[in-house]
Amino acid sequence: MSSLTLHDVRITGAEGSRNYINDEYGALSWLLTKDHKRIAILYLISITIMFLLGGSFAVIMRVELLTPEGDLLTSDTYNKMFTLHGIVMIFFFLIPVIPAILGNFILPIQLGAKDFAFPKINLLSWYLYIFAAAVGLYVIITGGVDTGWTFYTPFSTQYSNTHVIGVTFAGFIAGFSSILTGLNFIVTIHRMRAPGLTWYRLPLFVWALYATSVVMLLATPVLAITLVMLMFERFTGIGIFNPAIGGDPVLYQHMFWFYSHPAVYIMILPAMGVASEVVAAFTRKKIFGYRFVAFSSLGIAFLGFLVWAHHLFVAGISVYSALIFAFLSFFVAVPSAIKVFNWTATLYKASVSWATPMLYILGFIGLFTIGGVTGLFLAALGLDIHVHDTYFVVAHFHYVMVGGTVMAYLAGIHYWWPKITGRMYNEFWARLAALLVFVGFNLTFFPQFILGYLGMPRRYHAYAPEFQVLNVMSTAGASILAVGYALPLIYLGFSLRFGRKAGVNPWGAVGLEWTTSSPPPKHNFEETPVVTWDAYDYPAMMKAVGETQNV
Amino acid sequence: MSDTTLHAHADEHPPHHPFLQHHFEDLGQQHEASTLGMWMFLTTEILFFGGVLCAYWIYRVMYPAAWAEAASLQNWQMGAINTIVLIISSLTMALAVRASQLGQRMGTVVMLVLTLLFGGIFLGVKGYEYSVHFHEGLFPGAQTFTWHENPALAPQVQLFMAFYFTMTGLHAIHMVIGAGLLLWFIRRAWRGDFGPEYYAPVEIMGLYWHFVDIVWIFLFPFLYLIHSAGGHHG
Amino acid sequence: MMLSDFPLFPEAASTMAHQVDALYAFLTVICGTVSILVFILIIFLAIKYRRRPDNQLAQDQEPPALLEAAWIIIPFIIFMVMFVWGAWVYFRLSRVPDNAIDVYATGRQWMWKFQHPTGQREINTLHVPVGRPVRITMASEDVIHSLYFPAFRTKADVLPNRYRTIWFEATKTGRFHIFCAEYCGTMHSGMIGWVEVMKDTDYQRWLAGGSEGSMASQGEKLFQKYACNTCHTNDATGRGPVLAGLYNTTVALTDNSMVKADDNYIRESILTPQSKVVRGFAPVMPTFQGQVNEEDLLKLLAYVKSLSAPKPATVAVESQQSMQTSAGSPLAPGAGQAPQPTTTGKGNQP
Repeated sequence: MSSLTLHDVRITGAEGSRNYINDEYGALSWLLTKDHKRIAILYLISITIMFLLGGSFAVIMRVELLTPEGDLLTSDTYNKMFTLHGIVMIFFFLIPVIPAILGNFILPIQLGAKDFAFPKINLLSWYLYIFAAAVGLYVIITGGVDTGWTFYTPFSTQYSNTHVIGVTFAGFIAGFSSILTGLNFIVTIHRMRAPGLTWYRLPLFVWALYATSVVMLLATPVLAITLVMLMFERFTGIGIFNPAIGGDPVLYQHMFWFYSHPAVYIMILPAMGVASEVVAAFTRKKIFGYRFVAFSSLGIAFLGFLVWAHHLFVAGISVYSALIFAFLSFFVAVPSAIKVFNWTATLYKASVSWATPMLYILGFIGLFTIGGVTGLFLAALGLDIHVHDTYFVVAHFHYVMVGGTVMAYLAGIHYWWPKITGRMYNEFWARLAALLVFVGFNLTFFPQFILGYLGMPRRYHAYAPEFQVLNVMSTAGASILAVGYALPLIYLGFSLRFGRKAGVNPWGAVGLEWTTSSPPPKHNFEETPVVTWDAYDYPAMMKAVGETQNV
Repeated sequence: MSDTTLHAHADEHPPHHPFLQHHFEDLGQQHEASTLGMWMFLTTEILFFGGVLCAYWIYRVMYPAAWAEAASLQNWQMGAINTIVLIISSLTMALAVRASQLGQRMGTVVMLVLTLLFGGIFLGVKGYEYSVHFHEGLFPGAQTFTWHENPALAPQVQLFMAFYFTMTGLHAIHMVIGAGLLLWFIRRAWRGDFGPEYYAPVEIMGLYWHFVDIVWIFLFPFLYLIHSAGGHHG
Repeated sequence: MMLSDFPLFPEAASTMAHQVDALYAFLTVICGTVSILVFILIIFLAIKYRRRPDNQLAQDQEPPALLEAAWIIIPFIIFMVMFVWGAWVYFRLSRVPDNAIDVYATGRQWMWKFQHPTGQREINTLHVPVGRPVRITMASEDVIHSLYFPAFRTKADVLPNRYRTIWFEATKTGRFHIFCAEYCGTMHSGMIGWVEVMKDTDYQRWLAGGSEGSMASQGEKLFQKYACNTCHTNDATGRGPVLAGLYNTTVALTDNSMVKADDNYIRESILTPQSKVVRGFAPVMPTFQGQVNEEDLLKLLAYVKSLSAPKPATVAVESQQSMQTSAGSPLAPGAGQAPQPTTTGKGNQP
């Protein structure tokens, strides 16, 4: 294989040639595909549907919460709404969204590989996801579930009369999907890198996905076994967490959070990876402190396993274990802080483009900062006792999960949209949507911090009248947010037919994915690339290319 | 973590080996990837069984008397027979891997069939034990659990039995999956798919089978043997 | 809309409330400053270095190691200050003052039931005196609940398998919210109530209104009803340990370990008697799991506690003293050869 320079690679992707979209036709060519890019599209469609479903539950809840009395829905319906919102959004949206859509599409290309190590397993993951989603939808249609997404025992095993087994089974299957995705990612990153693509030349998105995959592999099986024990108990009526035979419901919480705390890092780490990619591309600069950012991902993945019991500070753990877990929880904040400071420092003396993906990421950094520092409130033991299980917690994790993960996903989908579809979207509408999402998000969730400190508990169908004004603000914000989320569906869809052709590298970015045609050919590259440059080496690229497009 | 992972050996394998998948450069890369994948999968399996073992251990510390009582209700002779059966099946599995490496088609088939046979014996013995437990009224549940020999310990004995059925049941499911895979592998070995160049699938199958055996090596003492600890009164 | 309808800060009505609020203020100032700085920096840098024709490519820049070290170490130090302060407040929230008066609470779907040692029972309302620490010992009859007093800045989950305690000392009279903070099913948001903080004289008057007899005397009746007294006799001749003087002492078990005979041990010994058998006794006690409900368990507990009280007294005062006597000798009279008089808990009706 010959050694190509950046310049050579850049011009090899010819326009108008066959690509992964037009290579084959027919529904079966999609449903039986082993091409990671097509599987990413399958995920894109199915995850978007699940997002709309989960979002509609949220809208119903916010409308109910306009008034203190529970007047729109019955208590049972409201309880099902927040349960399903949580389950759909966490298991079927937040966990897979960035790895399964953006990771699936971009990771092999960024590695210079033809595909993942196990393309069939990749397709199997999607089918497992679809099967899990189908079971979940069946549960929703036949009456729903009302345990909260955390399935705390003994409520879930002994008292709830809804479809607990069905929905935990769906979660179990979805867990397998995510294990297989993580497995594929790790093996691919280890074994399928292009010649010359050393670990320190990897884009930070790859590092982030690697850390994510480690967490997926190590944490998800613990959730799986926990859900198996839960199903067993629900099935026989007698089981492992049942106080009547000496079982301990708090043990369930330990096991659940041993997965579900690392799971929040499954959700946020890929978002951090996207942030690094977008910041580098739209500042035309190597990420400040590349190695710190890379290793902070691994640090978060590691420390994330040591802090689960901070969800149990009021659940009845001993004072000393509370102290240890609080201490470690402050530790895990350090690598996140490193990332925020490094992204911000990257802007210094940069060439900052205000294109849509960058707007989302600037918002992401700000909102993630707020989400992160409010996590410190919850790690500070004496304070957590008051705000635990209140809207303060709701606001905190929405700042991280929506302000963080969803913003970064939107940034990523805009950033790679030209590569995925070969078309550009309308920049004006895209920027407007980014603005609406930012404003709507803050108006929705900032009041919830205040509500939480005032003492409004989570999962309340009706609430004390003095909380109403803040709730009305929150609902108003949610309606703006809904418009912000609906807009991209329209203009991105529109761009598929009417958008202008994107070309190989519309952003003037570096990275192997910007050296192949848009959309990429079936096997990603005409010839296996040989990498001789570091990640984000803009000066080298500029010298090679000579001039850039002005974005 | 090596810096390069593409292996351009001087003595390249024939470029179009029938089982080389298109996205790999060569069989070596394919072999390494699939072996690493299996190890990753086994890591998740360790955590899967580790979770339930951890819960088991916590309750064992909480209720030593009931745990001892319940363990003494298990038929340790049956467990011991099954342990030996599984160890032999691990040996035949290892021999199957060796035979496939050496390109001995019949040897591979015979060893795989023997492995399947021993796996079947294990499941048969396990099924017998289950049916005995059902008749003894040891299956957890409001109707099914009717064991009253020591009423004061009965609730926690039931808790133990919940662990017993969860852990051995999950292990048995892994055995059944392994047996299904063996059937498929016997067919492939009979067809002559494997040889010195391409034996990675048999090797990976072996890893899985050994892992399932090792899980049993943990389950056997935990569920059958440890009943001297704690304040057991006969 | 009036400002009072739109509070931004909760009422502070306990001794701990101000300490939690101070910690909250500290964190808000630090974190708010950092967040605002990040926002300003992002906006400033994004504008200053925006892409222009003469600014197509970023300038080369090597990260100074000192800077990286600074923003690792400085946040860490700040985090540790937060940790220590938070832990300090937590310790104070966890440690019940010795002179606390007792209240017992039971959570069930979907109500809070409170019992006072004098025998008063109330649902979804809790009367407490101002200026005196109150300890609530609580358990759940079904699922996990969480007793939450926002105005006192404290909460704790209420579990179905053991006792939790929570305490507060109200600093002003009035009505304050009680919420259930752990999701518990259909009417979770209806599992709310009010805590009525009263002046001490009003509280004593209110306490005097009860008629069912003290919790301890009710517990004694249960003790006889379940025939506990056939084995747990007043002298060392019974098949079970003597319970007088037992509470909060250390007990030796058959496996030679030691356990403190606290609320949870007494509860466990009633429900799963064979898990921790006192040395010198055979494991012959039957289980009472599923036979005694949580409220009756609390009464039995109150009775066993009253057996360790130093002398007959009016219960409202006595409960303070019972804590002081609970230090217990380090060498446990495991088999129950307690030298104290054994019939102190009787006849405490107000």
